Amino acid sequence: MKNSEKRNVKYWILYFALPVILLIIWESADLAGCLKPYTMPAPITVVKTAIEYIQNGKLPVNIAVSFGRVALGFILALIGGFLIGIGSAIFKSIEIFTDFVIQILRSIPPIAWIPLAILWFGIGLESKVFIIFLGAFFPIFINTFDGIKNIDGKYFELARVYEVPKLKLITKIVIPGALPQIMTGIRLGLGNAWVCVVAAEMIGATSGVGYMLADGRSLSRPDVVILGMLIVGIIGKIMDDLILKFRDKIITWNK
Amino acid sequence: MKNIVEIHNLKKVFNDGGVVTALEDINLEIEEGNFVSVIGGSDCGKSTLLRIIGGLDTDYEGEVLVDGRKVEKPSRDKGFIFQDHRLLPWLTVKENIKFSLPEEQKNNSGLIREYLEMVDLKEFENSYPSQLSGGMAQRVSIARALANKPKILLLDEPFGALDAITKIKLQEQLLKIWKKEQITMIIVTHDIDEAVYLGSKVIVMTPRPGKIKRIHTVNLGSHRRRTGSVFTEARDRIYNEFFEDAEIPIEYNI
Repeated sequence: MKNSEKRNVKYWILYFALPVILLIIWESADLAGCLKPYTMPAPITVVKTAIEYIQNGKLPVNIAVSFGRVALGFILALIGGFLIGIGSAIFKSIEIFTDFVIQILRSIPPIAWIPLAILWFGIGLESKVFIIFLGAFFPIFINTFDGIKNIDGKYFELARVYEVPKLKLITKIVIPGALPQIMTGIRLGLGNAWVCVVAAEMIGATSGVGYMLADGRSLSRPDVVILGMLIVGIIGKIMDDLILKFRDKIITWNK
Repeated sequence: MKNIVEIHNLKKVFNDGGVVTALEDINLEIEEGNFVSVIGGSDCGKSTLLRIIGGLDTDYEGEVLVDGRKVEKPSRDKGFIFQDHRLLPWLTVKENIKFSLPEEQKNNSGLIREYLEMVDLKEFENSYPSQLSGGMAQRVSIARALANKPKILLLDEPFGALDAITKIKLQEQLLKIWKKEQITMIIVTHDIDEAVYLGSKVIVMTPRPGKIKRIHTVNLGSHRRRTGSVFTEARDRIYNEFFEDAEIPIEYNI
């Protein structure tokens, strides 16, 4: 709320100054003849490639494919992380039961699972969803768990005074109390999910943005590689912006 | 009048780390409809005593009866006002009160409005706690407790965090509510003026171990005044309980 009020012309000039400067440096380097087309294309080449890939449908299709994988893996991680997070934050026995395995698994980067995922599930949808799930699950789980553990004990005392039943306690104190931190977990989880899908597609896939990027390298087309990277970055930022908008929409009380 | 609170030989020991006796030899009877102040310095166990009456602390020796029954857990008929307002920040004023009411109680918006009106906050029913001042938020918490129709209202330094003017206004409002609702109120405070002004009985406690030193009766009549000889006399009596050993400088005005 407060941020948007300050977003005047000055804000936007400052906001876009750095990308424009980087673009100018890139373009000048090309004009000065410093760039070799087979390692680093000119900006205009990337734009032309983008238009070409949009027209032949490769870009939208690959984005859609990656997106679908992220959506599936992320939703599974959201459900799993949220439920197990709530369960182990409320019931000590679940916390003790899951603690050891979860602490070990979360130290393994999701990318390290790719070889095993390909052996188990092949190079189709399942292996990608598996990797995305691993990437998104831990931030959501840990933040849900910590968010609940950090709720001020005085609210639980209040619930005792008013004889609040268990279910109402969860919906009115536990979830809203942990919501700001759960949203942080969702934000980190979605960011991780997007990183994981690109990584997984680069190693073993026949479609998706990551595949497009890896394919560009095999074809010696740095313009395709750069286009792929830019798309990954831009989509990542848009998703993050949407999550922040969503967060401000549901957390209305912290003004 | 029958006793709503009866305490016999209450003893409370805290056992974390070292052993600290918080309360000892507490015997107390409080008649229904009374307004009782409990006053004492820090560590005298006054809040612990209130928490035991409220059922928030059940690990004690002795007998504590509220309304003839042994206190085993907190309940709606023992309203409890904490020093902080303890409103849930994610619920509006109205939702906060609704949250405290029994699930099976439907159509409670009339009840909620009635009690918000009693604390003069009807127009704030859709505000969030962060939009209220400290005094307003504490009034909401009083409305929340009263909406549950308690038999007794326990107040643990409820105005301790408020400025002096707001505090006096809330004391007035609390007295008005007490007269109207005719429920027993027990207020714990470290403010002598507050104790004397609100309580028709003032229980003075001393620390280490927390004991009841004396119970004073204050008769300010139904229209209480903060000035006048009865108030001053009662206040001096209580004051002397705490500073009897020290020399009190005497001022003469002719």
